Amino acid sequence: MEVEAGEVFGLLGPNGAGKSTTIKLLMGIIFPTSGSAQMLGKPVSDVAMHRDIGYLPEQPYFYDYLTAVEVLDYFARFHGYGAAERGERVQKMLQKVGLETAGKIQLRKYSKGMLQRVGLAQAILHDPKLVILDEPMSGLDPVGRREVRDIILELKSTGKTILFSTHILPDAEMLCDRVGVIAGGKLRGVGAPGAIVGVKATGMEILFELTEGMELPGKIRAAATKSGAGYRMSVGESELYLALEGLRAAGARITSVTQVKPTLEDFFMELVGKDRAQAAAVEVSAQ
Amino acid sequence: MSRLLIVARNTFREAVRDRVLYNLVFFAFLMIASAVIVGQISMDIETVVMVSLGLSAISLIGLLIAVFMGVGLVSKEIDKRTLHAVLAKPLRRWEFLLGKFAGLVVTLAVNTVAMAAGLFAALWLVKHSIARGDAVVLVAVYFILLKLMLVVALAMLFSCFTSPLLAILFTGGLYLAGMFVSELRSLQLTNLTPQMQKFFAVISYVLPNFGNYDVMGAAAHGRSIAAMLIVHNTLYTILYCAIVLGAAAVIFSRKDLK
Repeated sequence: MEVEAGEVFGLLGPNGAGKSTTIKLLMGIIFPTSGSAQMLGKPVSDVAMHRDIGYLPEQPYFYDYLTAVEVLDYFARFHGYGAAERGERVQKMLQKVGLETAGKIQLRKYSKGMLQRVGLAQAILHDPKLVILDEPMSGLDPVGRREVRDIILELKSTGKTILFSTHILPDAEMLCDRVGVIAGGKLRGVGAPGAIVGVKATGMEILFELTEGMELPGKIRAAATKSGAGYRMSVGESELYLALEGLRAAGARITSVTQVKPTLEDFFMELVGKDRAQAAAVEVSAQ
Repeated sequence: MSRLLIVARNTFREAVRDRVLYNLVFFAFLMIASAVIVGQISMDIETVVMVSLGLSAISLIGLLIAVFMGVGLVSKEIDKRTLHAVLAKPLRRWEFLLGKFAGLVVTLAVNTVAMAAGLFAALWLVKHSIARGDAVVLVAVYFILLKLMLVVALAMLFSCFTSPLLAILFTGGLYLAGMFVSELRSLQLTNLTPQMQKFFAVISYVLPNFGNYDVMGAAAHGRSIAAMLIVHNTLYTILYCAIVLGAAAVIFSRKDLK
């Protein structure tokens, strides 16, 4: 697996797939039994390289006897900044993650979402070239998630490389240039979110409305389902014009015709489904 | 080096903000105060009783802090996963370990000095003077601090490869065994096989000799302590701590964190 400079790369997979393990290996928190990895052209065992790397651990936890200002100041010291620059960077980061009014509160009083924000602040405090975020949206409310998405996009616009793990697929589809899907400890696919699932349409979706008292032909009625004030029906691409003719003849008002493409979620679910089926088969054969 | 000091500074700050520490120090002052009372009811030997009780309090409280906080220094960071963000900084694991050690040693030094000041205040209250001979009490306090350094190093070593509870038991056990090293060396083991005699001889030199730090009797009675013992104990502590912390650093540097 390779992450290109300047891209946002999403590591996707269900719980227990190996996303955090991969990230921990990169950060030297655990060690590989075999194989190797490099970041910024250097082996991961080179700690000096951490100057250019920012890392947000999964469900981060910090010294709860410190305030957010103190903990960020503590981390900033490792990068050799003077007191004035530390103070400036800490305030800037607190503002960026929306904690400027909570900076002097001890972390023991912080919620999970607030700790996540502190984690994000310490990860980008030193302006790293590569930012690694382990489940950055975890524990955040919709507003917080939106803010984190904005921060990731802002980092991208300044040329940073971002690697993040998630199991929230819409986030990955929205943010990532490329994704890698991990399941069962194996990398199952790498590519742009669209490319990885294939761009070929799997069918067409028609939305239409009927005026009072109108009757649909039997074949169309069987394929359509009620959806709000109107109806929805899915047809194959080759059957589209036939279906539209039928609807027009019945006097239906067609409101939308869209191509149906598989989403990352479909791909993901298919993989997970295969894995579970495989796991179940192994379990049965073991018995 | 500066990164090591950053960790040390934070460890000291953690200890200062830990209320358990204040309770222990309060307890120590209480013991010293009780030494004053006991000293007053001990006819003619009030100094002996006060110094003995005071030094015992300083040693006991120091040992409790050294063992419990020493074991928790690394294991707590691993358990709470505070270590993950710290190790993502340009900081080597051995620097973190030594920083933690230095931070706790500074904490213990501050506490020991504070408690020793309390003991001298108590002596002054009872005797209305501090004689030159009382300097030997300072030497005893210094030896307690050296002993505590060694205990912290051992606690950290054990906490690098075993559970906190076992690390406390191992450290405590080794401390007790180390108190009797001199006895072990002077034992007449003639009824044992030569191999067993050799084994016990080796063990008696491998075990940390905590008995060497005990000069409480001399301090209480105002007897002088040989300068060579001060040099010997200082060098012994530095060397033993270096070996123990070196082993801890090797183990910790290869440890998979959860």
